Amino acid sequence: MRLKYLVPILYIAFLMLPIYWLVTMSFKPTNEILAGFSLFPQSFTLDAYRTIFTDPTWYWGYINSIIYVTLNTVISITVALPAAYAFSRYHFIGDKHLFFWLLTNRMAPAAVFALPFFQLYSAIGIFDTHLAVALAHCLFNIPLAVWILEGFMRGVPKELDETAYVDGYPFWRFFTSIFIPTIRAGVGVAAFFCFMFSWVELLLAKTLTAVEAKPIAATMTRTASSAGYELGLLAAAGTLTIIPGAIVIYFVRNYIAKGFAMGRV
Amino acid sequence: MKTQNNRAWFLVLPVLILVAFNALIPMMTVVNYSVQETFGDNVFFWQGLDWFQQILQSERFHAALGRQFFFTALILIIEVPLGIAIALCMPRQGFWVPVCLVLMALPMLIPWNVVGAMWNIFALPDIGLLGYTLNHVLGIDYDMTQDPVAAWVTIITMDVWHWTSLVVLLSYAGLVSIPDAYYQAAKIDGASNWAVFRFIQLPKMKNVLTIAILLRFMDSFNIYTEPFVLTGGGPGNSTTLLSIDLVKIALGQFDLGPAAAMSLIYFAITLLVSWVFYTVMTKDDLN
Repeated sequence: MRLKYLVPILYIAFLMLPIYWLVTMSFKPTNEILAGFSLFPQSFTLDAYRTIFTDPTWYWGYINSIIYVTLNTVISITVALPAAYAFSRYHFIGDKHLFFWLLTNRMAPAAVFALPFFQLYSAIGIFDTHLAVALAHCLFNIPLAVWILEGFMRGVPKELDETAYVDGYPFWRFFTSIFIPTIRAGVGVAAFFCFMFSWVELLLAKTLTAVEAKPIAATMTRTASSAGYELGLLAAAGTLTIIPGAIVIYFVRNYIAKGFAMGRV
Repeated sequence: MKTQNNRAWFLVLPVLILVAFNALIPMMTVVNYSVQETFGDNVFFWQGLDWFQQILQSERFHAALGRQFFFTALILIIEVPLGIAIALCMPRQGFWVPVCLVLMALPMLIPWNVVGAMWNIFALPDIGLLGYTLNHVLGIDYDMTQDPVAAWVTIITMDVWHWTSLVVLLSYAGLVSIPDAYYQAAKIDGASNWAVFRFIQLPKMKNVLTIAILLRFMDSFNIYTEPFVLTGGGPGNSTTLLSIDLVKIALGQFDLGPAAAMSLIYFAITLLVSWVFYTVMTKDDLN
């Protein structure tokens, strides 16, 4: 009976190995990493972390990433909520086509859009701002958010809406003070997915920024300088990128376990 | 049931404007490039459909497309059953559930270039944990920078590491939503474990599996950053997937016309396959 728990345990062990490797490497000086193999750091050092926390180009990379990811999550969820409500409650002309068309935007390879995006955002003067990256990531995140939220909303019985109308609630008051709290697990899951895909995407984020809004992932490419790879620094920066994600997943863990199951998603 | 109400369009309008702005304008630019030739300085000449013809006939495109389909097929064949199996074995309640979920979701939350860089160093023959173990402990000759097979194994392993959790999380969410009554009924009928899986768990997971398979298909078909950082498409061209080839043409050689034509063909293929998946997997819902 208990034997089956071996499967998730082995899987998690497999997941942790490369992460363990990255974390130990971040405590080694680059010389030691290149010199040969060792399971634990021989000359333990915090130099890499010290560099990251004292050099503004490094820590601003993290701040920039967090700003545009937050902005993207807020925009995506805000516009996806009413749209998902419309899809879950009403039939209207072209609804099915629209729903599938939204999904197709997730299928476009980012590589296809990188250059046109650059030209578009330069033309309207928002190149190298957090807004540019946040808007570009909307292309992938809004369809997914609409899809997930629609699934959750479908699980809420229509009687709830009708009762609220009978009680004289205007639509927006009902929507914000009754309906959204009812599906907050769904909002949590949708926000998690938006956060995740925006946090890890690099190609668009890198193409649409130069200095002011440069994401951490782009800053990391600096470790490959003329002086060769600074592996210790690269590992430390990589380790630190895991932390915000880990915090977010910790907060939404219960939503994922409970909430996902409703409706379509 | 849903009511007919065309004013619902107003609720969809913000999404529509935002996505259309983001999708249609760049798309028009791509279409525009795909039928023109440029010699720099923004001087364009009408080229017609030559680029499409050129791409569709080129060996290089066929090879990249073939590798791409091979990669995606392998990914789906490995990750979907594996993800379901792991989800079935996970505990259903108690302290270990959130711990498992947090640990399993971790790889998905690492930026893609970090994943590539991390696996690159992890797999280096003499200094990486994986490379060292294979070469010096198990005595297997393994070097992903030299051997195409090793490079493929590494890329597949990396993607399994990175994304199986998505299938696990979604399948698990589907599993915990099954009411106990179903299992009790199955127990009374004396159903085997396999029958329970085949006739209760799998149908109940269908909706979440649809989104898992669609997401895995789309994302693995468009994969760029991780394999690029891991091997740069090498050794030779052995791991040059479609996106890598595309970026090489578009940004490396600045051949905008061919790159745009290739993008459109690429997009059309993704669209077609996704549409087939989508219709097949949701066809029962429509009845």
